[in-house]
Amino acid sequence: MNKVMSDKKVIALYVLPAFLLMMVLVYIPIVLTGYYGLMRWDGIGAMEFIGLDNYKRLLNDSMFWRSATHSLLLAIFSILSLVGYLIISLVLAGKIKGADLFRKIYLIPMLLSSVAIAQLWMRIYHPTNGVMNRFLTSIGIENTPLWLADTNIVLYAIFIPIIWQYAGFYILIYYAALRNVPNELVEAARIDGATPWQIGYKIKLPLIMGVIKVTIVLAVVGSLKYFDLIWVMTQGGPNGASEVIASYMYKQAFNSYNFGYGSAIGFFLLILCLVVTWIIRKLTADKEEVQY
Amino acid sequence: MEFENGKNGQSQTSPVPKGLSEKTGLQRLGKIFLYVFLIGVAVVQILPLVWLFLFSLKNNQEVFNLPPLALPQEPQWGNYVRVWTEGNIGQYFFNSVYITASSVILTVIFASLVTFAITRMRWRLSKLVLGLFMVGLMIPVHSTLIPLFNFFTNVNLMDHPVAIILTYTAFNLPITIMILLGFYYTLPREIEEAAIMDGCSLHRLFFKIILPMTAPVVATTAIINMIYNWNEYVFVNTFISSDKYKTLTVGIQNFIGQYQTDWGAIGATLMISILPILIAFVILSNRIVEGITSGSVKG
Repeated sequence: MNKVMSDKKVIALYVLPAFLLMMVLVYIPIVLTGYYGLMRWDGIGAMEFIGLDNYKRLLNDSMFWRSATHSLLLAIFSILSLVGYLIISLVLAGKIKGADLFRKIYLIPMLLSSVAIAQLWMRIYHPTNGVMNRFLTSIGIENTPLWLADTNIVLYAIFIPIIWQYAGFYILIYYAALRNVPNELVEAARIDGATPWQIGYKIKLPLIMGVIKVTIVLAVVGSLKYFDLIWVMTQGGPNGASEVIASYMYKQAFNSYNFGYGSAIGFFLLILCLVVTWIIRKLTADKEEVQY
Repeated sequence: MEFENGKNGQSQTSPVPKGLSEKTGLQRLGKIFLYVFLIGVAVVQILPLVWLFLFSLKNNQEVFNLPPLALPQEPQWGNYVRVWTEGNIGQYFFNSVYITASSVILTVIFASLVTFAITRMRWRLSKLVLGLFMVGLMIPVHSTLIPLFNFFTNVNLMDHPVAIILTYTAFNLPITIMILLGFYYTLPREIEEAAIMDGCSLHRLFFKIILPMTAPVVATTAIINMIYNWNEYVFVNTFISSDKYKTLTVGIQNFIGQYQTDWGAIGATLMISILPILIAFVILSNRIVEGITSGSVKG
């Protein structure tokens, strides 16, 4: 038995296809990104080694830092929206008839492509015919905003569909976790006279802390690398007002053919995501893990 | 594996002493408020899509002059016929189907093989290899784009569907393995012991016994993969330039450009692109819910 189950040839045969794919298409590329970041390169011609120049340029590039600030803002907004999602889930996980249907309805936007969502919200924000401004006009507001064309508003206008898109995803996760909280604990507290608010805050939340941590990591890393919706809606414009790290990297590489500099930004993004994950894990590390 | 929520919710009431479970008027009011709140959230999630469906059936006159949620006087199904026949939507649709299907099949088979080898077989590097796959979950796509672009150019796979299929497969392996792991750990060892005792080969054991046993979780991962691949944007946008290879997600993006002011046509195009996902959701919502939950939490 043991001999059969440690047959090296079979193991290699089963593991290698997936392993090679991961190596060639994920792991070697991330190493190469760091390496290309040391080059001056237009993507077609020869590479020229320039040492850390691209990374130095990154530190002094105000447009890059502006993009990074926008990515960070998105991360902060995502964490704030987690609070809202959590409240909805707490309500949903109480004695609600049709909770299953509710969470499924909430999930629908998450299943659609970012392109379709972006195109749809571009119509919603349309200055004259969009639902948003037609609603504002109908309640008597005259100077309706230009939304995606207004440099002061555009970033926040894009955050709204992102929050809309992911709501169902996080509600689903929280809801599943809350359903796993043992009934006995909740009932015992109720008999002792705890209010629903106390039950939610003092009993359920601490018990799903592990899941909340996972969602914070997901939300922050997801925000830092966010791209699709922004790229389709504004391409980072107008005038860089909605530029994020990923869109700036894409522009540098595939619009301006600065493949070396684009690689440096891509490598920075990778390190940022890994470091942030590690920091959040450290910060939220338990002194005493709650078991249930 | 199925979640049974409604039932749990109702059984909660039984152990409560009678005096506490009686509802006062205030409690009932609070309950109504909660339902209004939840329905409000549902409306926000659904309304943009309802509006999309409505304007896909209108002509510009109606889009601009009728209230946004008014029904069209006469549904313009012609919008759908027009966008389907005028552009390459049919081609994009076909590309999306076969690229999605090929990647899903490859991912599920490769991931199952790896998961089997990691959870059932004994070898020294298994933990390390598993870790390597799991770190893949953290890696931003943009950090791989330029090297992949360069690699596919060098091996003549640029602007070729194979590049997309392989990339989708690689990037979906981590999440797929993660979902499969939980299920494989619960499979009883007696089955494989008995099979091996009877002289069954490992390949037979995997393909004839284990793979069929994991069918439910394989179906779940397949659906999750399908949704990810169907909606994927960056890779196709970067690696595919010929119209004939574009998927629906990227194809409609360019296609809509032509219809800048024709709202009905834009609406119809968007509806066509999201309809397969919506239909899949109506039929398979339990599996989708299960897949997304297990893919994100059981880490």
